Amino acid sequence: MKPSRWPLIFTVLALVFLHLPIVFLVINSFNTSKYSASWEGFTWHWYERLFHRQNRDLWEALRRSLIIATLSSVASMILGTFAACALHVFRSRLQKIHFALVYLPIVVPDILMGISLALPFALVKFPSGMPAIVVAHTTFCLSFVALVVLARLQDFDRNLIDAARDLGAGWLRTVLSVVVPILAPGILAGGLLAFTLSLDDYVITFFVKGVGGDTLPLRIYSMMKHTREMPVINALSTLLLVVTLALTTFAYWLSKPTALQEDGRIKA
Amino acid sequence: MKGGSPRKLTSGRKWEWLLSGPSFSWLVVFFAIPTALIVLLSFKARSLEDGFAPGYDFEAWRRLWDGGILGMLGHTLWLSLATTLICVIWSLPVAWFLAKAAPRWRSVVLWLIMVPFWTNFLIRVFAWKSVAHPSGPLMAFLYWTKLMPEESLLLYNSGAVLLVLVYAHLPFAILPLFAAVDRFDFGLLDAARDLGAGPASAFFRIFLPGIRQGMLSAAALVFIPALGAYLIPDLVGGSDGQMLGNLIARRVGADRDWPQAAAMATLLVMASLLPLVAVWQWKRPRKSTAPDPALAPDHA
Repeated sequence: MKPSRWPLIFTVLALVFLHLPIVFLVINSFNTSKYSASWEGFTWHWYERLFHRQNRDLWEALRRSLIIATLSSVASMILGTFAACALHVFRSRLQKIHFALVYLPIVVPDILMGISLALPFALVKFPSGMPAIVVAHTTFCLSFVALVVLARLQDFDRNLIDAARDLGAGWLRTVLSVVVPILAPGILAGGLLAFTLSLDDYVITFFVKGVGGDTLPLRIYSMMKHTREMPVINALSTLLLVVTLALTTFAYWLSKPTALQEDGRIKA
Repeated sequence: MKGGSPRKLTSGRKWEWLLSGPSFSWLVVFFAIPTALIVLLSFKARSLEDGFAPGYDFEAWRRLWDGGILGMLGHTLWLSLATTLICVIWSLPVAWFLAKAAPRWRSVVLWLIMVPFWTNFLIRVFAWKSVAHPSGPLMAFLYWTKLMPEESLLLYNSGAVLLVLVYAHLPFAILPLFAAVDRFDFGLLDAARDLGAGPASAFFRIFLPGIRQGMLSAAALVFIPALGAYLIPDLVGGSDGQMLGNLIARRVGADRDWPQAAAMATLLVMASLLPLVAVWQWKRPRKSTAPDPALAPDHA
């Protein structure tokens, strides 16, 4: 068949479409115009405002978000790895239920997860704020970690375990010096995915938070709704973009690209 | 998921419980029970002080029906279906391009598709406000090319919601479709042409059925999250672009009507799980095709 130009045209269009908002955002972070409608000259003003005392709560929110993301990604890395190993090794009825439990949080809408956790938390007087958010984030991150590690386990050569055992290694030794190092890239990739998902989450956090300080997305949201300084958000986003790009480039090369594509949906 | 048979040394109830225990109990406590509670809650009476009152009835469901929930559900389904259709159709040529491209170009384009994923979702949606600003360059272009009538807006209406929904979900359609097209044997198309099929006939009768699995996962990966969309309609939807998710949030927040919010959430989950179950059922009999990791159809 003769090659058609349409695939190329639609691909370019898709790339432009996907990057358009980000390009606008970066440009507008240097735009003098307050309403980002047209270009009115270059300025560093919004970046200066970002570090102004008035916007200190923004950095406080970022700090809180980073702590939450760290705690929930570590917790979900541990729980998710256990889940993946169990799902990979055993083929029982229990594991069918287990798989459904791991898989469903990815499919269920965020808003349902948010309100379904909010109510029991309120009923049992679960400590609101950070503890509640970490538990909620761990719950949805754990599924993503489990699926990424599960994908890694497909290539895992179980003879290595037998070999280690034959050579006299105990169970703990086998796990620590054979299984964990081999799975490490998968666990780490899953953990980084969990980290970014946690940093990104608005809906679930909003519902489970209760009283307590805002996370970064919550803070950004209220700035969007109330602040007069919208471009400050653009400046912050540009900075965050640079940081996440650096971080995710690292993650991308760490895991094979296929591992990231195949774990399924990366939360919207 | 179909590895070799479980090895002797790793079998045994004790090990299974030890390995499954942590995640299993975590998910039961923080996912299964809370979700079941929400369904239960939809059969409770409303109470302004505590959120719900003791006793069970169908009041919340009846009020849902009387309050015109069908219209809202229809609007939400329509927007999600349109998003799914646009995303899948747009992704087809992109997936084709990726599958045919030289490896170097392929990884560059894939990387460029992934990059926006990693920017804060809230911020990306927010950025559309300046992209689609009435006096911005995009709208100037659309007015100039007569693609959109003068004075019409791409903000604060259902059109804006559709646009941003497509924006947010397009990568979820591209990636599984690419995986499917990449596995497709293009020699089949040449064979069809040699046997006298026209280009259109070869495309619709050989190519599309060949990548059916990928199209199904792409559709599910777009449709399900689109159904539950909350932030997009909230930020760019205005008053006529609201979706079911926004209504649920309003019942929980402003109205403090937990039973009705719970009933709506139950509806939302059923709407998102039904197509998934349908797809699984439909996929099951065909054993020859590899299981799709994105949908993970049969874990056994």
